[in-house]
Amino acid sequence: MTVAATTTGGLDASRVDVRIDGTLIIDGVDCTVAPGTFSALIGPNGAGKSTLLRVIAAVEKPANGDIRFDEHDLFGLHRKQRARVVAFVEQDSSTDLALSVRDVVGLGRIPHQGMFSDASAKDSRVVQAALEDADVASLAGRDFTTLSGGERQRVLLARALAQQPRLLVLDEPSNHLDIAAQLAVLGLLRSLTHTGVTVLAALHDLNLASAYCDHVIVLRKGTVFAAGPTVEIITPQLVREVYGVRATVIEHPQTGRPLVAFGPLAG
Amino acid sequence: MVVGVALAVLLVLSVTFAITIGPANITPVDVWLSVLHHLGLGPTPLSLLRDGIVWQLRLPRVLTAAAVGAGLAVSGAVMQALTRNPLADPYLLGLSSGASLGAVAVLLLGITVLLPLAAFLGAMLALGLTLLLASSLGRITPSRTVLAGLAVSALASAITSLVIFWTATGDSYREILSWLLGSLAGAQWPEVTIAFAAIVIAGVPIMFSGRILDAFAFGDTSAAALGINVQGTRWSLLAATALLTGAMVSVSGSIGFVGLILPHAVRLLVGPRHRALLPLSAIVGAIFLIWADTAARSLFDPRELPVGIVTAIIGAPMFAFLLTRRRSVS
Repeated sequence: MTVAATTTGGLDASRVDVRIDGTLIIDGVDCTVAPGTFSALIGPNGAGKSTLLRVIAAVEKPANGDIRFDEHDLFGLHRKQRARVVAFVEQDSSTDLALSVRDVVGLGRIPHQGMFSDASAKDSRVVQAALEDADVASLAGRDFTTLSGGERQRVLLARALAQQPRLLVLDEPSNHLDIAAQLAVLGLLRSLTHTGVTVLAALHDLNLASAYCDHVIVLRKGTVFAAGPTVEIITPQLVREVYGVRATVIEHPQTGRPLVAFGPLAG
Repeated sequence: MVVGVALAVLLVLSVTFAITIGPANITPVDVWLSVLHHLGLGPTPLSLLRDGIVWQLRLPRVLTAAAVGAGLAVSGAVMQALTRNPLADPYLLGLSSGASLGAVAVLLLGITVLLPLAAFLGAMLALGLTLLLASSLGRITPSRTVLAGLAVSALASAITSLVIFWTATGDSYREILSWLLGSLAGAQWPEVTIAFAAIVIAGVPIMFSGRILDAFAFGDTSAAALGINVQGTRWSLLAATALLTGAMVSVSGSIGFVGLILPHAVRLLVGPRHRALLPLSAIVGAIFLIWADTAARSLFDPRELPVGIVTAIIGAPMFAFLLTRRRSVS
């Protein structure tokens, strides 16, 4: 069930169990993501995608198992050090505080700052670069709470970039976004891999996963159902077995990537 | 920074001028002559009576007001950040009603000397009960903690009412009432010491938590992803605010609205980032309570209002104003 077992480095989660209030939500999951690639975590609602991502992003400890990135045990690192390696963008993250966009992105520098030191010139440079990379520099002075969903998502992405992570974990980054905003966010994630960042994102839309991701990990009922290169994994059989939906997979007329046309629910 | 310096100057001026207000025509120069004399710097040209008014009566009261105002405002700012609840105030976790119960019990038994201690113990007992109740509901979350605090508050208030109903007589009613409403009338040097000790022990460490509190803006998961020890931070800061609030309630009774309103007012002034918000809340809280208490003792001279009535009369409309400003947010 490994994507690229021979690769050294990248993300390597092995034998991961997660229990929530005693119930086993993630059951012995192994998954790897090769360095500098973009992988999608897909699967039906309730498969445990968010739970698995929280563990991989090391914001929650698994009951069992190891999460390693570039040969480091993520839970063995000091919190702050860990937050410089992995950044996490939650689903539906919000605040009541009237923080400016620049302030929100500046939060990403916390793992790089001492308790008493002020934001350094380097911090400001990194924040500015993150704002530009996520295409939100023009919003820098705006109040975060007044932004649209797509703008917020890009700002939160910029915050994650300001952490200068080598592993970026995102939970449904395209949720609630219009089509242009979805393509913008995923295109940005894709371009990050060119700078060596490893990206793992839970996605609901199989066509977005097909269009942008190198690899797909399919989670069902807390276990890995399948994992591998996108073209090999996104097939009519898989869609039927995992989602219970008939589908035809054709080649995208422009990109040549898999394109899923959904039929009726499987009988 | 400019705002901070300006407010600090305003605080010093407030202390000075608040002391001059009241019968006996004390001037700002008198205030400083008396203070310098007692610090061992120069002889006093003040008469014993006037020196006594400054040093024994008004200065301790004004300093206590400043410390209590600062402590409550900072506690409010921290509570609002930790629970991500803009309506949170320092009394949220049952602290106020627990302290009241402790104080009323002691007042009715007639051992007034122990009042600060009893109030403090009452506050801590209520906090302990709140956390115990919250943890028995499962994982401790901000909303569970707040709900548990409500339950404990209600219970402590009920017992307080019961105790008053059964045992209070004419005289003690008045004393209890002024305590329940919050009053600085009894503030002397021991109260100043308690309040400032709490500021040093709990308030100063809180001042260094600004960046950590910022990391809570988007919730616990975000804070954890930014490398913050979420549980450790939450409990140590909650403990610090409990200590701070407990100490303040023990010297002044429960003075409402300071911790709720002032952090919001300061956010309007300098934005929501805690590295500026915490120290400025402290200064603005101090200034606010100095003048609220000065109004309480001088407006209807010789009668004195409990300062809690003044803070409520100013605070409630301010609260309504802030609510209307927030309409666009959620």
